[in-house]
Amino acid sequence: MISKPKKIAQYAILIIFSLFSIFPLFYMVMGATNKSVDVIRGKLLPGTYLVENFKKLVSETDLASAMLNSFKYAILLTFLSLLICSLAGYGFEIYHTKGKDMLMSVILLAMMVPFVATMIPLFELCSKMGLLNSALGFVLPTISTPFLIMMFRQSARSFPHDIIEAARIDGLSEIQIFFRMFIPTMRSTYAAAMTITFMNAWNNYLWPKVIMTNADSQTMPMLVANLTSGYVTDYGELMLAVLLCSLPTIIIFFFLQKSFAEGITGAVK
Amino acid sequence: MSQPMAKKKKLSLTKRHNLTGWAFLAPAALLIAVMSFYPMIKAFVLSFKSGSTFKTMEWAGFSNYIRMFQDTVFIQSLKNTFIYLIIQVPIMLVLALMLASLLNNKHLRFKGFFRTAIFLPCATSLVSYAIIFRSLFATDGFVNSILTRLGILHTGYGFLTNPTSARIIIVVALIWRWTGYNMVFYLSGLQNIEYSVYEAAKIDGASPIQTFFKITCPLLKPTILLTAIMSTNGTLQLFDESVNLTGGGPANATITMSHYIYNCSFKYVANFGYSAAMSFLVLILVAILAFIQMKVGDKRD
Repeated sequence: MISKPKKIAQYAILIIFSLFSIFPLFYMVMGATNKSVDVIRGKLLPGTYLVENFKKLVSETDLASAMLNSFKYAILLTFLSLLICSLAGYGFEIYHTKGKDMLMSVILLAMMVPFVATMIPLFELCSKMGLLNSALGFVLPTISTPFLIMMFRQSARSFPHDIIEAARIDGLSEIQIFFRMFIPTMRSTYAAAMTITFMNAWNNYLWPKVIMTNADSQTMPMLVANLTSGYVTDYGELMLAVLLCSLPTIIIFFFLQKSFAEGITGAVK
Repeated sequence: MSQPMAKKKKLSLTKRHNLTGWAFLAPAALLIAVMSFYPMIKAFVLSFKSGSTFKTMEWAGFSNYIRMFQDTVFIQSLKNTFIYLIIQVPIMLVLALMLASLLNNKHLRFKGFFRTAIFLPCATSLVSYAIIFRSLFATDGFVNSILTRLGILHTGYGFLTNPTSARIIIVVALIWRWTGYNMVFYLSGLQNIEYSVYEAAKIDGASPIQTFFKITCPLLKPTILLTAIMSTNGTLQLFDESVNLTGGGPANATITMSHYIYNCSFKYVANFGYSAAMSFLVLILVAILAFIQMKVGDKRD
């Protein structure tokens, strides 16, 4: 049995850390509804300034286009990434040979390559190919990631070989087996991969900052960052922008928390 | 007669499946080769050149590497990155491990709430949280206004204009954003440990602290190693926080390597060769630290 003071200490630690975790987000949500002066003064109650802040944000920035761009880039990347990496993970596991296992270890090395080390040649490549300010330029470097390939390879390990054999006897081609049998069976892996890929794509800041040189190609994180570049910061407007930039990922977090947790730890199991 | 035929057919079938496998993984493998390994090699070549546009680059020998170690801003960014690494990563991992083992208690109430709350910061984008922390600690921001109203301060304190406090705030912000993330790894690792192991330890009279160090830590070792490597890797590449929380300031006291590399290629007069040389050093550091951690992780068996 754990003694009472120890129990209280346990709860105290958890409560303090939970409050620490929630507070900045609470401050953000309240800030979005208040006037700049009130945000600074430390008003932590809902205000009536939400609409005003929104009007100001819309008039001063290209909010709609940044939102649309962010969704466009993130959805395209998620779709391509899931397709290509799951095909590869399936290929590595189901048809595995020594050669493929060796290639997999080489691919895993790519996990260690920091993005800054490839950023400049990638920028050169994209500018040569005319991909600056394009969705394709945004997605190309991160469609195929060792992490996702490994995650799908792990999940393919649990895909019963009997199903494959039975499908082959039924006359399905190999690619049909992948699309009709593997994808529906592995729905939860796809959900986990989807949440993690979408979130990473949505949050990416360095790469779009490098290749999105036109104002109308910018993403939400870029829009938020640009808001603070002036001399006077309107904190109400800023907190609303920050909230809007975080809203899609927060929604995903609340509805798909389990998938998200599986997504980040996915390749490990 | 039919037997060799069948064998031949079977052989060609395995061969065909082998080829199908290669076809399945070819797009992903090619993309990694073209988007990761090829640029890496190109960056290495580029690091021996100098010039401000890709077309006018000339060979420069080791001059970029020599310059790097004479560049006080780069040295500063290297130091800053290591300060974050040495202070923030251990604190964060210990906190995450502690919180995970508290949450792994079967009899704990409101477990779901605590877990969600601590994990929640992961839902905010890196730019967003950097800006939230910046507003909280700005000279005219929330924390200062509360402190002056409570009479603790007379005027706003420049948290982000003093090098030490600016670094502390970056560390606090990083802990805020990533502790829950690492905790999730430990929680999923702890689920794989049979509860009966803990019960047996209890019967044997082990204290919770003994249980933590003698059972939880050794059994979680692979997970701890993984999170340590990931956090090290992430810390060496910090960018968003340096740019958006402190702007690298005051006087480059918080600038990270990635931030400085970005500035040298896209903000100041472009010097791609020099930036490539610095970025290659980051790559080497990532590799060395991962190697050391794996060696250390292996030895403790």
